[in-house]
Amino acid sequence: MADITQGNQTQRTQANRARNADENPVKRFFRATEIDTRLLGMVGALAIIWLGFEIMTGGLFLTPRNLWNLTVQTSSVAVMATGMVLIIVTRNIDLSVGSVLGFCGMIMAVMQVKVLPQYLGLEHPAIWIITLACGIAVGAAIGALQGSIIAFLNVPAFIVTLGGLLVWRGATWFVTSGQTVAPMNSTFRLMGGGTEGSIGATASWIVGIIACIAIVGAILNSRKQRKRFGFPLRPVWAEYFLGILGCILVMGAVAIANHYYWPVNIARKYADANGIAWPDGGLLISHGIAIPVLVAIAVGIVMTFIATRLRFGRYVFALGGNPEAAELAGIKTRWVTVKIFMLMGVLCAIAAAISTARLNAATNAQGELDELYTIAAAVIGGTSLAGGVGTIAGAMIGALVMQSLQSGMVLLGIDSPFQRIVVGVVLVVAVWLDTIYRARAK
Amino acid sequence: MKDQRTPLVEMKNISISFGGIHAVDNASVDLYPGEVVALLGHNGAGKSTLIKILSGAYKRDGGEILINGEAADISNPRDAKKYGIETIYQTLAVADNVDAAANLYLGRELRTPWGTLDDVAMEAKAREVMGRLNPNFQRFKEPVKALSGGQRQSVAIARAILFDARILIMDEPTAALGPQETAQVGELIKQLKREGIGIFLISHDIHDVFDLADRVSVMKNGQVVGQARTEDVTKDEVLGMIIMGKVPPKAIPGPGAMQTA
Repeated sequence: MADITQGNQTQRTQANRARNADENPVKRFFRATEIDTRLLGMVGALAIIWLGFEIMTGGLFLTPRNLWNLTVQTSSVAVMATGMVLIIVTRNIDLSVGSVLGFCGMIMAVMQVKVLPQYLGLEHPAIWIITLACGIAVGAAIGALQGSIIAFLNVPAFIVTLGGLLVWRGATWFVTSGQTVAPMNSTFRLMGGGTEGSIGATASWIVGIIACIAIVGAILNSRKQRKRFGFPLRPVWAEYFLGILGCILVMGAVAIANHYYWPVNIARKYADANGIAWPDGGLLISHGIAIPVLVAIAVGIVMTFIATRLRFGRYVFALGGNPEAAELAGIKTRWVTVKIFMLMGVLCAIAAAISTARLNAATNAQGELDELYTIAAAVIGGTSLAGGVGTIAGAMIGALVMQSLQSGMVLLGIDSPFQRIVVGVVLVVAVWLDTIYRARAK
Repeated sequence: MKDQRTPLVEMKNISISFGGIHAVDNASVDLYPGEVVALLGHNGAGKSTLIKILSGAYKRDGGEILINGEAADISNPRDAKKYGIETIYQTLAVADNVDAAANLYLGRELRTPWGTLDDVAMEAKAREVMGRLNPNFQRFKEPVKALSGGQRQSVAIARAILFDARILIMDEPTAALGPQETAQVGELIKQLKREGIGIFLISHDIHDVFDLADRVSVMKNGQVVGQARTEDVTKDEVLGMIIMGKVPPKAIPGPGAMQTA
C-alpha cells in the first residue's frame, strides 16, 4: 500500500512537471498564484471604466473626492448584493429588497425620532443601537416570513417577493401616512458617512495596517495547514507576490481616503470651534475611510466567511448545484432557504441604516429600484442565475461597477434617461460576456 | 439454506402507491451481513422505488422494516444514515458545483474547534479514500462537474464507504461507466463484502450484477416474483423470471410469481 502511494506521488509530480513545462509563463503565473481569473477580469473591466471616465471628464473622475464618494454611494447596494448572491445561488430571487429597505428605514426613523426620545430623551447615546437592533429584527422577521412561505408552502420566490415588493412599500407608506421622517439621531447619522461619519487619518492607517497583518496571517495560516497534510504548496515567490499585492492595494486605498480633506467651510468652523489658528494654505483634515464603507467591508468579510468557511455556506452552494443531491445527503434544505432569506432581511436593514443615515431622512420612496440594482450587481459580479455559482467579492465589485457608471455619467452631465439606458445595456452585455467566458472555460 | 443469523435488513410486506398505482405491492426482501443481493426487474418494476423506501427518499404506505431484527423508523434520508444505510443513486447524486471533498462530506462536514469547515482535513481524508478506490484520481480542487462519469461515480461510492456504511444500496452502479471502471467497481464490491457490509445491487441488466451477487430477487409490476441463490439458477432462468415471472424449481416464489400449476 505504501509503495503504491509512493509510486503515485512520483507519477503525480512528474505529471505536474510535464504540465508545467508546456504552459506559457502567463498560465504558469496564474496557476502558481491561484488568482481567480474571472475576478481579475472584473477588476480589469472596472479599471477600464474608471480610466475611460477619467479621460472623458478631463481628470475629474479619479480624484480622492470622487473615489471616496463612489465607495460611500456603493455601500448600501453592496451590502444587499452580498445576500443576493446566496439567494441567486440557490436558484431563488428576491425582488422585495428595495421595499424591505424602505420599510426597515422607516421603522428605524420612527423609532429614533418619535418613539425612543419620549422615554430616553433626545440624543440619548443608546438610541442609535436600539434603533439599529429594531431595524435588524424587523428585517430578519420579514425575511423569515418570506422564506417560510417559499420553503414550506412551496410558493415560488419570484411571486412571494414580488408580493413583498408591493406589501412592504405599502407598509412603508402606511407607517407615517406618507410623511418623510427627519432629522436622524446624530450618532445614527455617522453610519451614513460624510465629514463626521469618517474615521480620520490615524484610525484609517491603523485599519489599513490591521488589514495587512490579516492578509499576511491568512497566507501563512493556509500554508501551514497545507503543510500539515502534505499538500502541494504554492511557490514561495507567489506567496510573496500575493501578500505584497494585497498590502499595496489596502494601503493605497487608505492613502486615497486620507487625501480627501474636509471642505473648507467645515474645516474653518471646526478650527473656530477648537481655537485653532487658520493656516495660510488652509487646514487639511483628512476624511479617512467612511463608516458606511467600513460597514460594507465588514459585511463583505463576514458574508465571505459564512459562504466559504461555514457549513451553512457549503449547504447553500450544494443546494444550488443539485437540490436533489443536497436533500438526499440529509441537508434540511427548507431551513437553509428560510435562513438565507432571513440573512437577506438583516442585510436590507443594515443597508437601510446606511441609506437613511446618509439621507438624514426616511422617505416612502427610499430604496425604490434598489432590488434591480442589487440583482444586477450580483449578476454582473458573476453570480449565475442558473444557480450554484457566485462570489461575495464579485457581487461587491459588481455594485461598484454599477455605481461607477452612474456617477461617471453624472460627472459627464449625461441626462438621467440616458443613464438608465446605459446601465441597462451594460447589464445585458456583462452577462453575455460572462456566458461566453463560461462556455470557453469548459 | 436458511441462515441462522439475524438478517441485516428485512423489508416485510412493503407497499407504496402513487396516485392509485401500486408502485410496490406487498414486497419482501432481506439482506445478510457480507452478502450481495441483486434486485432485478424491468424499468418500472418497482425495484428503485422499493429501495428508495429503505434509503428514506420515499415513505412507505404499509409494511415494516427491520434492521438487525429491530423495527426501524425511516422517514427521511437522515434517519436512514443513522442506521448505517448509504445509497448510491442511479442519477449520480452529487452536487456538481463543489469539489470532491465537499461532496464526500456533504451533510456531515468536518469542522475545526471554532465551528468552521475543516477543508484541509476533509481534503486529506478525501485523498486517502479516493486513493483506495481510484488511484489515478487527482482533480481534488475542481468542481465535480468537470469530472468524467466514472470519476463522479467513484466520488459517490467513496462518499458511501467513508462513513462506515453497514448497508450499501447501489442503484445501477455501473450504468454510466466504461468496462475498466466497471471492473473496478466489481473489485470494490468484493472488498466491501469481505468487510461484512451488506449490499443491495439494483439493475435492470442481469449481466451487470449476476457474477457479483450471492442472491437475486426479481421484481415485476411492483411485486416480488421470487428469489434464488445465484449458484442455484442460470442467467436464462433469471431472465425468465424478469420477463415472464416464471419461477425456476430451485427458487423461492414470491407473491408476483406466474400462477401456473
